Amino acid sequence: MARFDSVTVGELLPETAHTPTILDLFFYNAALWNGHRIHFDETYAKQEEGYEGLVIQGPLQGDWMSQCVMQWLGEDGMLVEFEYSNRRAAYMGETLTVGGVVTAVDSANREISVDLFVKNASGDVIAPGAARVSLLA
Amino acid sequence: MSHLTDEMRAHVGRARPPAMELATRREIRKYSVATRQKLRKYLEGVEAPPLFYVALFWDVVSIDEMTPDGITIEPLLPDLPFKRAMAGGIKTTYFQPIRCGDYLVAQRTLTDLYEKEGKSGPLCFYEITLDVKTDAGAPVLVEKTTRILR
Repeated sequence: MARFDSVTVGELLPETAHTPTILDLFFYNAALWNGHRIHFDETYAKQEEGYEGLVIQGPLQGDWMSQCVMQWLGEDGMLVEFEYSNRRAAYMGETLTVGGVVTAVDSANREISVDLFVKNASGDVIAPGAARVSLLA
Repeated sequence: MSHLTDEMRAHVGRARPPAMELATRREIRKYSVATRQKLRKYLEGVEAPPLFYVALFWDVVSIDEMTPDGITIEPLLPDLPFKRAMAGGIKTTYFQPIRCGDYLVAQRTLTDLYEKEGKSGPLCFYEITLDVKTDAGAPVLVEKTTRILR
């Protein structure tokens, strides 16, 4: 868990690897009430929309980035601002790596800025993100 | 030549009626399991993960109202000559976490609609602002979603 006084610019957030299964894609769609077939109907995804396989949901990748920050902060942290964009599709079967780096420490407001990423196995950033967080401890 | 007419752009500023939802422990726990959260406060459903609101305010419409590919067309949009959704992104400002038992009121507004020339042709960008408050009117979060259509 990060403590404000020990955080420095350039500190890396612990990386996490995600290899979502068909159950991950199903339960995420179910939690949202999302019926988009590209996430559960492989024939449709390939033949109708031209994808290479079942598409890993973009907002799920966004959630992984928010988790990367929140797990680093621990129970006392809070997001102040969070953003991401999905630049490229990722498919079930791929392993995606999520991580980040501290870009600024604002002692006056006890806020920390981080850049975030989701990378594919080739090392390409398929979803960049950023967050500003507040840390009480 | 622009594919967006003045009539289409006139939709900017339109808002949906406010939607009210209750953040239950069960819904928070379901979302936390589905996204493999690790923090106890999320798994126990005491506090909601930061992106839980995406699920809480996802449109619940009848299956007959969905398109054959299983999605719902954003009702704030005019009938656009761009049909296929591409990448998108969000930027969210948080004022307080969502906790179990919170009654929340959300309003969606179409806040931008414009066109750019992409490598493979024209692209349409639109921005929806989601403003979430407590039932007492205290700000909870503001999300700006940008989506690209081709």
